This record gives sequence, structure tokens and C-alpha cells, in this order.
Amino acid sequence: MEQAPRTVMTADEMTWTLTRMAHEILERNHGSAGVILLGILTRGAPLAARLAEIAAEQGHTLPVGNLDITMYRDDLRAHPTRPVGRTVLPGPVDDAVVVLVDDVLYSGRTVQAALHALADLGRPRAIQLAALVDRGLRELPIQADVVGRQVPTARDERVRVAVREIDGEDLVTIERTSL
Amino acid sequence: MKHLLSIADLSVEEIHSILNLAEEMHDVQSRPVKKLPALRGRTVVNLFFEDSTRTRSSFELAAKWLSADAINVSAKGSSVSKGESMRDTLLTLDAMGVDAIVMRHAGSGAVRQAAGWVRASMINAGDGMHEHPTQALLDAHAIRRHLARNGLGTIDGKRVSITGDLIHSRVVRSNVLLLKKLGASVVLVAPPTLLPPGVETWGVDVSHELDPVLPDVDVAMMLRVQRERMLGGYFPSEREYIDAYGLTAGRLAKLKEGACIAHPGPMNRGLEISSAAADSAGSIVLDQVSSGVAVRMSVLYHLLAGEEQ
Repeated sequence: MEQAPRTVMTADEMTWTLTRMAHEILERNHGSAGVILLGILTRGAPLAARLAEIAAEQGHTLPVGNLDITMYRDDLRAHPTRPVGRTVLPGPVDDAVVVLVDDVLYSGRTVQAALHALADLGRPRAIQLAALVDRGLRELPIQADVVGRQVPTARDERVRVAVREIDGEDLVTIERTSL
Repeated sequence: MKHLLSIADLSVEEIHSILNLAEEMHDVQSRPVKKLPALRGRTVVNLFFEDSTRTRSSFELAAKWLSADAINVSAKGSSVSKGESMRDTLLTLDAMGVDAIVMRHAGSGAVRQAAGWVRASMINAGDGMHEHPTQALLDAHAIRRHLARNGLGTIDGKRVSITGDLIHSRVVRSNVLLLKKLGASVVLVAPPTLLPPGVETWGVDVSHELDPVLPDVDVAMMLRVQRERMLGGYFPSEREYIDAYGLTAGRLAKLKEGACIAHPGPMNRGLEISSAAADSAGSIVLDQVSSGVAVRMSVLYHLLAGEEQ
């Protein structure tokens, strides 16, 4: 039985959260020198762009790119053929501090795939992870450096992040899905 | 998608999906690490009953760059030369547990027949005078890139001429099917002796002269004329063929601004295409070659990356 989705983050709260996250990224890197943001497709991409906008308001330029990890997934064979998105780098990743941006941190498998993808693109000086929502339930030893909101969840719940660039609104909801 | 046997089997969405991913795969070729892990643990066999250099080697590279294992089996030096039937060869490879068989055969329809026998995905790398779908896909990909580079839009609404030995060509069938699905209009140019039977049902224009066609086309595709065909009396002499159908330096000037020249290779320079045309700024011949690996990576991904059907 499906329950009505419960709101975890409103549009305003998402803006405040992203603002704090952008500031944390600048803080932990002592500014923006040598730092690039890579949004993990699909919803990490607009979030990375917004973090860069917020940093720009502080006078800091964070170059933004997108990372598609489809071909690096460990569950490619468990699903019908997945469409592949476009990886766009704002510059060489060699010796840069790459901040991976994703909407939801869950099992950690997406991040693992992103680390493999990144290794094929060059050798960053450091890789950090920023996630809007950390819902726990990790299956790998992976943690985020910058977290928007910790949301404890159960495995049969689904966290849905809507962003206005793709979904027309900013909203994070959680719902129970029964099989 | 389980097999790639004919362009006729592909939907427009599937074609766009293949061409779009090929665009991404092009980028991979310029990376420090050219390998993607998507097909790790999969095995692709190139089974060529006819000779090929570029198709076979580009399929092999495509498989390897997607981390699949690739082996080549050619009729020469295999049990085929000892008299084994095509069916037994296929069943043998299939029994080894391979995931895909890329096959070229002189028999039109041979690859579709093979698909009925095996568990593996079959990819048509040229069957007789029937089809060569990956060649058509890479031609379309190279044309798309040319149009995009020059801000000329998409293939939809463009006019393409295909000139040469059309009766023996599997490339022309696949190209006509594909270009029409993408919204282009096609004009076939050849002497009556080199036009395929039934061409009037293809939904294309036909011309016996090249000169009046050239000013209107966005793409002039020249196909190889096999010199040995002359013995069959298809045309009187090389000189006469060049005069009527060769893309000579003189004819080059008839093409409109932004038009491109395509040739699937191997070229007979000085026969169907002059060096002036092949090496001109509008030539996309080398783009076609570099598109070959990218398009075949995309095809392999579409057939093999997802769950078993």
C-alpha cells in the first residue's frame, strides 16, 4: 500500500540548504582556487550549477561540469539498456579538487561508479562529495564531505528530489513503497 | 534490441539513440583512457566469411574499448575452409557462450537466418547485396556531425545523392532506408545497368545523369565502382564512366556551398571520385572512418549492456 509522500524539504529550505553547502565547500577548500564541481547526472547537474551560482554571489568562481556514470554502474546488466548522458568537463581534472555533487546519497554505488569514471578522466588532487540528501543505508565505505540534510530512511522508502530545472519545482519528499 | 540485422527493423527513436550515444563515444576517443567498463565480461566474435579490414577492425576496437573480449574468426584458416557448414560454425561459437556474433557473409539474408539458430545477439556486418546497417549508421553519423559543425541543422529535409554501382551495393539499401527514416530525400544516380531491380518501389528519385543532380544535394555520396564489374558489361569503359558519373574536379564546382562529399571506402581515386573531391574541404571521408568505431561502440552497448532478453 502506498502512503502519501511526506515533504522533507521545501523549495525555500532547498535554497537555504544549498546556500550553506556552497559556503561549506568554499570554507573547507579555503576558497575556490583549483576547485571544480561535477554534477552526477541527472539531478546532480542542476544542483552543481546552483552551488556555483551561490559561490559566484560570494565572488568565487567554481567551474561546473557534468559526469555521466551509466557505463560504470555495477548493475548495468540487471536493467534494460540505460540511456547514456553527456559528460562535460569544464577543464582538465588533473590536479584539481573535484567536488562531486549528487542529489541523494544512498548505497554509495553511484559514488563508487563516479570515482571509477573520474579515474579514467585524469588524476584529481582530491575528490570530495557533496550530497543534498544523505538517506543512510550505505553498502560501501563511502561518506559525503558536505551534506544538505541527513534523512534516516528504511529500504522500502523512496526519497524523491525534484528540481525546478528538470521537474518544474524544488521539493524533496519521502514515501513508502510496498512491493 | 536483441539483434541488428537490418535498418528496416529500427525505429526512429532507436536510430537517434544509437547516433546520440555515438556522439558521446566520439569524446571517449579523445580521452587519456579510452576504455569504458560497460561490457566487461562479455564476448564478441567477429565472424567474417568475406574479407574486410575497416569493418572488422573497427568492431574489434569498439568491443575492446567497451571492455568486452573480442576474437576474430575468418573463413580462411578456420574450419569453414575444411568444409564446415555456416550453421555448424555458428552453433559451435554459440555453444562456447559468446554474447554477440558480428557476421559478414556473401549470402543476402544469411545473418537473419543465423539469428534464428543462435542464442547470441547477431550483428549484420554486411550480407551479400542486402544490407550493411552499421555502415549506414556511421554514414548518417558523419553527415550529422558535418551538418552540426557548419550550423546546417539536421538530416531531416536534406537531399542526398548516392552515385555508383548500386546494383551490387549493400550500403545503398541500408543508406536509403536510414536516410528516409531520418527525413532526408534520396536520389540514386547510376546508368540503367547498375540500378537495382525494383528500385521504383524504394521511394527515391532516380537519375541516369549526375550533372543535373549535384546543384541540389546537401550530401553527394559516391560508392565504389568495382573495376572487375566492367568485365560484366555494366559500363563500356572507365573513361566513359568517369565522364558521366565520376566526381571530378570540374563537377566539384557544381555542388552548393556547405554540401559534403561522402564515400564509404575503399576509394578508387580517379574513377568514381577524384583526388580533388576526396581531399576537398567538403569531404567527410575521414570522418566516416573515425565515426566507425564510435557508432559500433554504440551499437554494441545498445545490444549487450542491458539485461538478457
